[in-house]
Amino acid sequence: MIGFNILVLVCLAYVAVLFTVAFAAEKRAERGEVGWLRSPIVYTLSLSIYCTAWTFYGAVGYAVRSGLEFVTIYLGPTLVMVGWWWVVRKLVRIGRSQRITSIADLISSRYGKSNLLGVLVTLLAVIGTTPYIALQLQSVALSFSVFSGDEAAVWDAGNLKNTALLVAAGLAVFTILFGTRRLDANERHHGVVTAIALEAVVKLVALLAVGIFVVWGVAGGAGDIVARIDASGVAEWNLAGGRWTTLIFLSAAAFLCLPRMFQVMVVENADERHVAVASWAFPLYLFLMSLFVIPIAVVGLDVLPGGNPDLYVLTVPLSLGQDNLAMLSFLGGFSSATSMVIVAAIALSTMVSNHIVMPIWLNLRRGGATVSGDVRNVVLLSRRVSIGAVLALGYLYFKLSGGGAALAAIGLISFAGVAQVLPSLLGGLFWRGATRAGAALGLTIGFAIWAYTLFLPSFGDTFVMSAAMLQDGPFGIAWLRPRALFGFDGLDPVVHAVFWSMVLNTGAFLLGSVFSFPEPLERLQGAQFVNVFEHSPNAPGWSRGLAEAEDLLIMSQRILGASEAQALFRGAAERQGKGGYLPDTTPDFIELLERELAGSVGAATAHAMIGQIVGGSVVSVEDLMAVADETAQIMEVSSRLKTQSEELSRTAGQLRDANEKLTALSIQKDAFLSQISHELRTPMTSIRAFSEILMSGPMTEEEQTKFSKIIHDEAIRLTRLLDDLLDLSVLENGQVTLNWQTADLHDVLERAVTSTVSMAGDRGLEIIRDPSVERVALVTDSDRLAQVFINLIANARKYCTAQNPILRIVVSDGGAGVNVDFIDNGSGIPRPSQSVIFEKFSRLSDKSQAGGAGLGLAICREIMVKLGGSVTYLPGQGGAAFRVALPRAQARAAQ
Amino acid sequence: MSPPNGSVFVERRTYRRRRMMDAARLLPILGALLFLVPIFWTGNAEAPATTARGVIYVFAIWAGLIVVSARLSRWLTPKGGEDADWDRRE
Repeated sequence: MIGFNILVLVCLAYVAVLFTVAFAAEKRAERGEVGWLRSPIVYTLSLSIYCTAWTFYGAVGYAVRSGLEFVTIYLGPTLVMVGWWWVVRKLVRIGRSQRITSIADLISSRYGKSNLLGVLVTLLAVIGTTPYIALQLQSVALSFSVFSGDEAAVWDAGNLKNTALLVAAGLAVFTILFGTRRLDANERHHGVVTAIALEAVVKLVALLAVGIFVVWGVAGGAGDIVARIDASGVAEWNLAGGRWTTLIFLSAAAFLCLPRMFQVMVVENADERHVAVASWAFPLYLFLMSLFVIPIAVVGLDVLPGGNPDLYVLTVPLSLGQDNLAMLSFLGGFSSATSMVIVAAIALSTMVSNHIVMPIWLNLRRGGATVSGDVRNVVLLSRRVSIGAVLALGYLYFKLSGGGAALAAIGLISFAGVAQVLPSLLGGLFWRGATRAGAALGLTIGFAIWAYTLFLPSFGDTFVMSAAMLQDGPFGIAWLRPRALFGFDGLDPVVHAVFWSMVLNTGAFLLGSVFSFPEPLERLQGAQFVNVFEHSPNAPGWSRGLAEAEDLLIMSQRILGASEAQALFRGAAERQGKGGYLPDTTPDFIELLERELAGSVGAATAHAMIGQIVGGSVVSVEDLMAVADETAQIMEVSSRLKTQSEELSRTAGQLRDANEKLTALSIQKDAFLSQISHELRTPMTSIRAFSEILMSGPMTEEEQTKFSKIIHDEAIRLTRLLDDLLDLSVLENGQVTLNWQTADLHDVLERAVTSTVSMAGDRGLEIIRDPSVERVALVTDSDRLAQVFINLIANARKYCTAQNPILRIVVSDGGAGVNVDFIDNGSGIPRPSQSVIFEKFSRLSDKSQAGGAGLGLAICREIMVKLGGSVTYLPGQGGAAFRVALPRAQARAAQ
Repeated sequence: MSPPNGSVFVERRTYRRRRMMDAARLLPILGALLFLVPIFWTGNAEAPATTARGVIYVFAIWAGLIVVSARLSRWLTPKGGEDADWDRRE
């Protein structure tokens, strides 16, 4: 038998080892050699603080009482970790990008940096965790008492409590030493994490050693164990479906919501990829931790039928003379208890200091963050005091409750309490519509129901709840009975409480969220949380650069420490391209600073502190919205300006076009004048020359006649030219008088063809027509129309280059009017010339001098315009083709 | 599930990784269903439901989940640099 003193010595030695390991790790980290301190294995092992002394010792007792059910509290976390891609990955990413310090900070930050929610979650966590810490103290004290079994005389209840007090004090010292060395929670506690990783190994090895001893040392191997299970008191299959399901859910929820789990899983996480390894390694750890629980329980029942099953892990090896194994087992239990208490105390103290102490302190000295005092020291002090207070509370709870069975049941009660955060947590991660009002409502209702149906009744018949009230409900109202709410009788108390609290909590959360309207900051944070994988990690928050960089530096030094703050400011200044320590207080910089400070004092406090300096008040998101409104207005004005300037540039373009047209017209006019002079000059020259010849002297009759004829011909040509010019000028000036009358298209065409045939020269032109479709009634000036037709036919006669010129005159229905096409079989008009043939004096060649001055088509066009139709060139008909479009009779008549 | 990053047709390897993500999402649901199976056990005269059988069943499922999860996490962990899919939204 190991003496009590030896036990204490071993225990102290073990604690010394832990201190050394933690200290060495801190030193190593300070030198920047993080290396294996931050490996996925250490991360996985640190998660094992889930397995507390309650599970280390208690699982066996649980198995003895309820068979396989003990395994549910491991299955929940297994499912959560296996499903890491859903939740844990996102939690870790958000925790890193938003510099989250605790679960209370997460909820507060998600719902618009609301301190109300931070306080609520902190209270919930403290109330839920304190009994749990008491449970750990009890476990350690009990395990001490086992070893002092032979010194019962000195080992009484008082000693039990003294041991607990000593353990609590020792834990407080360790936690304060290594848990509050640094202020920035995101800089992580290397010493603590390394120590709890070591403790995780010790408890796993201890439990496996006891298990292996039991299976292969006491029993005859695996087969024998199965036989023993079947023969033992736990053989009977009595699985309660409701409890089984509820406990799996509850343990999964608690795994996510427990402050200490959040601390190691999110806050202490160094690399997101570690989560991927932990996704299978942590379930494996749990698997190994529970593998030998049933065998130990069965063998324990055989060996020590009357003993306390909660201590079989310790008493079985002890009673079989395996002192060293028992010592190892004791250290395993000790490790389980201490690691849980240390991390829980750190997590709770962070929450208490950030969400309760700091806001109060800031309020007491409003505007004082820059004036005096060292905030850093205040925060550290408040954390240290909080750690002491949390442990003192745990000890007090243990002392007052007197230990025993009441305490043993507290594990699940505590789980159910912290699980109340789950709806707000998951809602906040996956639903952008979740609001602060919904979360506050859900948390309050869930917390109240949990307290009413599970927590308060757990004290039994005391001053809190009388037996009568438990039996008949408050004031005899039966449907308010704490263990049968709304008449749900006969349910297991835990199932009953979890069911009602979660249902009403979730319902209130959903309804509250749906029917409330989030503030702007909530909406921004909501979007950042839910879409954390898409968003850049920067949240808009500060828009005015009014803060004095120096004030901010002074404040940051107090919170982050002088060198860290200076490094931060210097880096920011460098990024802005400035020297020295004072960067411009751009919104980006202030956001970065706020995030850094949030890592130390929590999001809500950091927001408030910066708010005190930046322009003396918080730049609220309402201000931002106002700025955004202004921006929108400016944008509207500028878009109007843009429209106007576009209009101006359009007008300018039109003016430019008009100018170009005028210039072109001027050039055209000059060209026209020079053309006309030229056209007039040619016949005039011949007339003058021949008249001079006639005047110069005697000549034969024949010569005289010849020269006179030339002069006559030239005069006629001149007259015709002048006639044409006059005609064109009259048409263009609109002074023409049209003789509107009813006419038949066929008649007009007939006239035109006849007159061109009469003036036919040597070139024969075959004209193809279809008289049957030409009978179209028109209201027009038939003389002018005939003039157009004559011109077109004459053109064909003159310019058609074919061997046997053929002109087709096709009359067709053109929708609103009648189309008359003149198509010859010549070579047509080349594409570039098609656009100019209707211009004055445009002749494509000088081939046929017999023609006019190039005014024919120009006149045709003017006539057709006056007649309400048009004449256009029709390309792609195999030769030159002109289309004369005429309005129909009725259309014309209607005018 | 709609393709989040624009293209409908992605590289074969990327496609495979995305299906692995789907698998990683479904695994806990499958695990939960399998862990709930013992609720329905009643046993019969020849093969009564016993704790021993329950232990073997639960631990077998558990081991299977661990193995599958380990495979999936190996496939899903980005190797230096290629982080695009790691950042994929849900």
